[in-house]
Amino acid sequence: MSGTGPRENIFPTRMALTNTKTRLKGAQTGHSLLAKKRDALTTRFRAILRKVDEAKRKMGRVMQLASFSMAEVTYATGDISYLVQEQARVASFKVKAKQENVSGVVLPAFEVDRSPGTEFSLTGLGRGGQQVLRSKEVYAKAVETLVELASLQTAFMILDEVIRATNRRVNAIEHVVIPRLDNTIKYIMSELDEMDREEFFRLKKVQGKKKRDADAAEVKRKAEEAESGEAAAAVAPPDPVDEAGTGDLLSSKDEDVIF
Amino acid sequence: MASNTPKVERSLIAVIGDEDTVTGLLLAGIGQVDEHQGKNFLIVDSKTSTQVLEEAFKEYTTERKDIAILLINQYIAEKIRPTVEKYQQAFPALLEIPSKDHPYNPNKDSILKRVQKLFGE
Repeated sequence: MSGTGPRENIFPTRMALTNTKTRLKGAQTGHSLLAKKRDALTTRFRAILRKVDEAKRKMGRVMQLASFSMAEVTYATGDISYLVQEQARVASFKVKAKQENVSGVVLPAFEVDRSPGTEFSLTGLGRGGQQVLRSKEVYAKAVETLVELASLQTAFMILDEVIRATNRRVNAIEHVVIPRLDNTIKYIMSELDEMDREEFFRLKKVQGKKKRDADAAEVKRKAEEAESGEAAAAVAPPDPVDEAGTGDLLSSKDEDVIF
Repeated sequence: MASNTPKVERSLIAVIGDEDTVTGLLLAGIGQVDEHQGKNFLIVDSKTSTQVLEEAFKEYTTERKDIAILLINQYIAEKIRPTVEKYQQAFPALLEIPSKDHPYNPNKDSILKRVQKLFGE
């Protein structure tokens, strides 16, 4: 039956019906738009997902290589870690964030921003300078890979969040808003029908009452006529034309009655 | 949303790792030391307590606003796994990296776990 399920608390009028119908249409348009957005984002998400997976595995290899070169340095130069830690002052290897737009979602991407520094120029001066230099390059490469991975991962996180939000909205419209508007429309329609039926019934009643009143008036008039007829006895018989006129009046329709 | 975070000043790479990892990354030139905020790297050895790790993690992820990427050794992340799992922000990006003594295990990475969950659905 109509009117079951949740509906909006609204007064059932024709205007409300029109309004609700417009809103239903709006909700349907919004639903299809959001669904499209979700599809676009999901496509992008899938691509990033695959890349993240690859990059993570690649990072494992790159870091292994870097550790190996570090071991070489340690072998050639001895422990340089303390020296390096103490010499670190200003970062020469920084990242810059740039933005990319995917269907209204801003995705950040990190870019390597390397200023040519002469840091640690004295490290390995005694011996193993070659290894230190090479290790520096290897690590710089590794960090570049890491930065790439970090931007992929950030995009992944943000997209994940946005897709969730979009999904929630799509589902909310599909399963809550649209059914509710549907129910409201059905409710208004049924109420309007009910009002129509009531009106019809009322008019029928009015018609019946009018008929009864007319009958009563007729009986009264006849009685009066009979009285006056008795008084005027056989002077004049009842007029047949008059009776016919009364019959016409009864069978003719009242102007107020539209059925 | 997270994407609205101002990223202008976020330009550093921070690292929590063992000595070799940190040394290597410092060689690449990511180290930044200043008077107010201290270092952007933390060297972890077997004596470092979990509490210190948690504090450093919190400092790099929430307190400092100039860090864009936080690198952390996977075996260290393993020690403070609940905190790492809880971390969901986009900035700074959290990256688990392998260390010399502990090879990379993709199954433990909190991001890769999610990736695999999404692939497996």
